[in-house]
Amino acid sequence: MSAKLLKSSFWTAGIVLVLVGGWAWYDRWANAHENTDYGSIVPWGLWVALYIYFIGLSAGAFLVSSLVYVFRMKRFETIGRIALFTAVVTLLLALLSISADLGHTFRSWHVLVYPNFKSPMAWMIWLYTAYFILVVLELWFVLRYDLVAGAREQGARATLYRILAFGSKDDSEATRASDRQIVRILATVGVPLAIMFHGGVGSLFGVVASRPAWHGGLFPILFLVSALASGGALLVVISAIFQDGLRRNRETVIALGTLVLGLLLVDVLFQISETLVGFYGNAPDKIENLKLVYSGPYWWVTWIWQLGVGTLIPIAVLSLPSRKDPRMVAGACALIASGFLAVRLNIVIPGLASEQVKGLSDAFTSDRLSTDYVPSVMEWLFSVGIVGIGLVLFGVGEWLLPREHESAPEEVSHVTA
Amino acid sequence: MADESRQSSAPVADPISRVEPLARTVDRRDMLDAFMKIGAVSLAVALGAGSSLAPLASAFADSDEKKQKFRYGMVVDTRRCVGCKACMVACKAENKTPPGVSYTVVVENGFGDRPGDRPLFLTKPCFHCDEPPCVSVCPVGATFKRKQDGIVVVDYDRCIGCRYCIVACPYQARYFDFGENYPAVADKTAYAEVPSPEYGQFRKREADESPIGNVRKCTFCLHLQDAAGKYDKAAGRWPACAKTCTGKAIYFGDFNDPDSDVSRLLTQRQPVRLKEELGTEPNVYYLL
Repeated sequence: MSAKLLKSSFWTAGIVLVLVGGWAWYDRWANAHENTDYGSIVPWGLWVALYIYFIGLSAGAFLVSSLVYVFRMKRFETIGRIALFTAVVTLLLALLSISADLGHTFRSWHVLVYPNFKSPMAWMIWLYTAYFILVVLELWFVLRYDLVAGAREQGARATLYRILAFGSKDDSEATRASDRQIVRILATVGVPLAIMFHGGVGSLFGVVASRPAWHGGLFPILFLVSALASGGALLVVISAIFQDGLRRNRETVIALGTLVLGLLLVDVLFQISETLVGFYGNAPDKIENLKLVYSGPYWWVTWIWQLGVGTLIPIAVLSLPSRKDPRMVAGACALIASGFLAVRLNIVIPGLASEQVKGLSDAFTSDRLSTDYVPSVMEWLFSVGIVGIGLVLFGVGEWLLPREHESAPEEVSHVTA
Repeated sequence: MADESRQSSAPVADPISRVEPLARTVDRRDMLDAFMKIGAVSLAVALGAGSSLAPLASAFADSDEKKQKFRYGMVVDTRRCVGCKACMVACKAENKTPPGVSYTVVVENGFGDRPGDRPLFLTKPCFHCDEPPCVSVCPVGATFKRKQDGIVVVDYDRCIGCRYCIVACPYQARYFDFGENYPAVADKTAYAEVPSPEYGQFRKREADESPIGNVRKCTFCLHLQDAAGKYDKAAGRWPACAKTCTGKAIYFGDFNDPDSDVSRLLTQRQPVRLKEELGTEPNVYYLL
């Protein structure tokens, strides 16, 4: 596929998805939660799964960027800023998902003025906020020099650069060095912050003693490994298609693909451990959950989506000689990134979809008192719209982000001349 | 409607009186508390947020843990329950809950299948646990256990509708209000104008207004308490489910009062509680 065709299909897909999602967005704000399918037994659904999926992608992409900005690994240098950009975009998409899910979205500020320090969710929101600010700042300091340089040119992009530079005009070497220093500090602080943030999301689930599917110490760790694997995989895909990436990032794509394979295998190991220990233990609630995951109404999410598409095929592609072909690596990583949405769905929905007290779902007749949950059309389309926004944002980033090689000294002198 | 007289005589000043969430927390796992407070202080320092220091100060001052005046709870005699579900209907009529929300439910064979064909019914309101997991997880402290009587309530105006409490409750005692209505309300008949007496707040049902979009739960009909926080069975100020129960299976009362029906039943019979292993310490007991 030519780059031009790829680009136009990318934009078309993004815009179509946004338009399709538009209807669902209207419905969500006009009719609130009436056209959703979750209820009081399965109170969280697709949107919560999407939320943890996106923040996982963000934390994963950010941690990969730390290889560049904290650990100074030369091999990954060309994808540092794409990694940060990915972390920002996916974090925004997470915000959109969860804002639709709240019963009173416009009261979100309550968590700042009425804090409950015992609530893992409160901590998650504060850490989210801190992490968001940090990632945006870091990205800005990474780009500042290029924005200042690019702002001197003509055209729409230069105008945008002038706005994004926020009045900064200093392109001296000294300021550039201080930028690097600031980036390093932010990136270093960001590593524990991202771990706390995403591990915290895992704890949000892990602490709930009434949900045997989640309760335990492995959960926060599992979330972190999943974040690294899924975020790394998405980054491979973006590095390959972004700004002529297949040519520029060829070696990086292949190297990162190997890293993602390792992370995926660790993730699989954790999942196997969790499953086998659960089955052997034979505790009824745990067994009920495992049965829901592996043979319940959502069996296809597990066997086809998570294990087939998201695990076995990519493991094969990344282990066979195809691992040396960046296109194959990118394709396998696209499967991994999509497979992790199944992982997230499998955490949220079967974890909730059982009666807390036997006979409960027959106590009265209501769709809201049911263990069956399949996202409604509105929920799906709303989510599709979010993905569309993601595509559009990446499209804008493709056009807007200063390319890594443009900051090479000789080209800069050419620009300033 | 009985609401008229109740409204005028409603002695409930503000049932969800605002005490800072940290100050009113029960003494659950002191170590965890201390740990959280350390975390809280470091967060506040890190953010340099002077404004968030006020609730922290009260957090450290809450050592003078006042003793709970009342400890309301229920004892349900399952042998007297015929499974008629009148309690569910009475609760609906009292609290005007919408479709999909039922503060109490009757489940069949909630303790598991039984030999023979005689069913065992459980009427299951909120258990108003002494260690409520729903309260700890609320990110904004909108749901809390009242200091004076142990009733677990929801501040509708503070709740952001995240539903984490529903997830954390091991007894499925909480329901999300999706904004759906029974035909009489949806068609804007006169019934739609009748407010719910819940919490003594007398809210009318209006689109996008709380409690729509909030999590809702049993309150032991606390709007029927007098100013001193007492119920009066003879005067009819008694939780609707217990008042209505055809088999007189639902005993309600104060566990702090050794002479109350509920206290006596606990010593005379063999009570059980659901999911003791989770350490939630429910205040609703069952007699088998």
